[in-house]
Amino acid sequence: MQPEVLIESESCFHCGESTKDVRFTFEDKTFCCEGCQTVYQILHQNDLCTYYSLDRQPGKTIHTGIERKRFEYLKDLDVQHKLIDFKKETTASVSFFIPSIHCTSCVWLLENLHNIDEGILKGTVNFLKRTVTLVFDQSKTDLRSVVELLTTIGYEPDLKLDHLKEKKSGAVDRRLWLKLGVAGFCFGNIMLFSFPEYLKMDQSGSSEMFRYFFGGLNIALALPVLFFSGIDYLKSGWAAVSQKGINLDVPISIGMLALFGRSLFEILSGTGAGYFDSFTGFIFFLLIGKVVQKKTFAQLSFDRDYKSYLPISVIRLKNKDEESIPVNKLEIGDHVLIRNQELVPADAVNMTESIQIDYSFITGESEPVTLSWGEQVFAGGKIIGQTAELIISKKVEHSYLTQLWENESFASKEEKSISSFADRISPFFTYTVIGIALLSLLIWLELSPSRAFNIFTAVLIVACPCALALSTPFTLGSTINILAVNGFYLKNTSVIEKLSAIDTLVFDKTGTITDSNNAEVEFIGESLNRKELEMLSSTFRNSFHPLSQAIHKSLHVNHELKRSYFHEIPGKGVIASFEDDWLYVGSLEFIKEKIPTLEADSISKNTIGSTVHIAFNDEYRGYFRVLQGYRNGLKKLLNNFDQTGKNVHLLSGDNEKEKTTLYQLFPNWDEMRFNQSPIDKLTFVQSFEKSGAKPAMIGDGLNDAGALKASTFGIAVSDNKSSFSPACDAIIDSEALRYLDTFFNFSSSSLKIIKASFVLSLMYNVIGLGFAITGHLSPLVAAILMPLSSVSIMVFTTLSTRIVANKIGLKIWA
Amino acid sequence: MGVILLLIAFSLLVALTFLGAFFWAVKSGQFDDPQTPAIRMLFEDKPVSTKNKTLTKKMD
Repeated sequence: MQPEVLIESESCFHCGESTKDVRFTFEDKTFCCEGCQTVYQILHQNDLCTYYSLDRQPGKTIHTGIERKRFEYLKDLDVQHKLIDFKKETTASVSFFIPSIHCTSCVWLLENLHNIDEGILKGTVNFLKRTVTLVFDQSKTDLRSVVELLTTIGYEPDLKLDHLKEKKSGAVDRRLWLKLGVAGFCFGNIMLFSFPEYLKMDQSGSSEMFRYFFGGLNIALALPVLFFSGIDYLKSGWAAVSQKGINLDVPISIGMLALFGRSLFEILSGTGAGYFDSFTGFIFFLLIGKVVQKKTFAQLSFDRDYKSYLPISVIRLKNKDEESIPVNKLEIGDHVLIRNQELVPADAVNMTESIQIDYSFITGESEPVTLSWGEQVFAGGKIIGQTAELIISKKVEHSYLTQLWENESFASKEEKSISSFADRISPFFTYTVIGIALLSLLIWLELSPSRAFNIFTAVLIVACPCALALSTPFTLGSTINILAVNGFYLKNTSVIEKLSAIDTLVFDKTGTITDSNNAEVEFIGESLNRKELEMLSSTFRNSFHPLSQAIHKSLHVNHELKRSYFHEIPGKGVIASFEDDWLYVGSLEFIKEKIPTLEADSISKNTIGSTVHIAFNDEYRGYFRVLQGYRNGLKKLLNNFDQTGKNVHLLSGDNEKEKTTLYQLFPNWDEMRFNQSPIDKLTFVQSFEKSGAKPAMIGDGLNDAGALKASTFGIAVSDNKSSFSPACDAIIDSEALRYLDTFFNFSSSSLKIIKASFVLSLMYNVIGLGFAITGHLSPLVAAILMPLSSVSIMVFTTLSTRIVANKIGLKIWA
Repeated sequence: MGVILLLIAFSLLVALTFLGAFFWAVKSGQFDDPQTPAIRMLFEDKPVSTKNKTLTKKMD
């Protein structure tokens, strides 16, 4: 049987994604990623291929390019113990974060691993979180084989140092759902049983029995609502009162108790039907608000530290043998091997002749540093190019990088929370309600003492701030959703108020406002012919240096020439030859070294940006000037902030090279600081706190981690949601950074909406009070007023946030 | 009229069954991950077991 699926060659045969940019081909079929291709191959191998065909290709091996050594550390029992979630006899369960999960087929394959390795019993994927939970039989396979299998099929688990922490028990928020379910169930049934009362059907007196029957049922149904669904409000209200404070839960608790007590009394004494329908409905709506407010982004992590950045294992050299060991078992004096693009796990001393290290994430320096033998290497640096051999000089937890986390900003676990608007007005609200209730009690004691108690409780019932309590969660819930649609992901709803209070902005430079894909490359010198351009392109393509990559991208040459010689000297340049042509590219010093006759004085040194000089066959031809690219729309963003009277600062770990360009881009910087260490950044931001300003830090790397933490509102810029970003209050998609001012405005607008809906809900309270004080609050009036006010607040807040968002130009639907 | 008592008791019982079903659904984790099950339902349960046999026969 031949495959009947005909898919355009532009899309992946496996998952249908566009294959324009990357293309993997396997037997005349194209794939979007290695994963898809491997899946296809494995499907063939294992006869699992119902998607395409049943053709078997015996002899096709899956790609097995992984080094056997890499996962050796997984044999370590201590590591196993910490990675494995639970173990029962020989069955073990383990969860991995796999960044490459991206399509339906990924889920399918990972849940069918048992067909490939019979030791694996079950796989469960969580697509949003990009995790897979695997249950495997330890007598048939082991952790290492499982991880190797995943890696072989293109789904390498993301294993970082923080996975070695002790596991917290998975606190899933299931209880809230259960509470909501119980409240909804009781609400509906009590409404049903109260129906005869609404229609006054029971007045014939024919069956006193029914009244007691329904009353009893209502009490029975209301009890679980009070003691299960609503208990959190009572607890929180009580906690606030016992600390002599008042939060919004205090008036809620008073209302709940008044409703429940009065209803219980009425039914037991036979004087009325009670307000149990209002009571349960009230709790039900409150819980819906809570569900909306609890909205989080499962796929994002907002509280990472260096441990989520450093690798979990490292290759150690021992008696000339390579072995992989967990990073936390590294000892001072160990020799380790770090390959291209791998991270240095701990401070160490270089034992290789010369290496290049990219510190951009750690210090903010945009260009790699070249280190020679015996020099100090800091943890977190990324090795570029040649493999480096290092001797560990400090343990992981004592490295330079980790010092930052010893600062007091990280010590306090409590969030510095600005008390929310709702909590601020609660005391006034509560005292007013109690005042009105007591006043009407006194007045009615004069007029008609028998009704005074009823009026008193009616006031407490009707003043219950249900609508008030709903306006905050619903407004903030829809705000957080709209912001997320636009690429700005908040940690939770409570940070929105902090966001709107921001008056000072502190930007990091490298990676935050610069965009490595946006570098401006210009060639200055004699013009180059086509062949020379092709030679340059092929040379730059193979060099690891970021400048080379930027130049290669700007040349737009597709044709590759065959090199006959290629040698890269880290930090200096490249020598390459193409048949008879010799080519030198690199720093001016490097070119001078190679062509001693060159008159260097003729070349202007006073240029902005970085330069890469080139020479063909001992003839100097000119240089490429690479200016750091800034993010699109940055200029407009900074001007907008300036116009709204916010202070704008820049902190950079880099040197002052770009200062002029930055002033050209935006002349009104309040302050610009260069060569800032992570600790400098932290203290700079802290100094604002003392002067009473509310700074927002916008950064991306670990070097900003301290400043992000110390600021009122920390925003991490990320190119890729699943990649590492330090602890912060919000993560912003780098594409969305240019709309940051709009997001600030929107957050202020949503606070205004909350205030407007407070007014609206207070109006309901006043109307209700009118009924209550005059003694007309029948259960029917309460049962109409309460849901009406709640639902109208929900509708008002949800609609008005969307209207406002639409007005200021934000997307309101995904 | 006494039959109403019976009917109400019965209706409550039915409603409680549904509440029980909801509890079971929550506790078995159906509310934890709203996304993946939507993808999972597209898969065939047993991809090839029968066709596998015919294929191996063919190979022989």
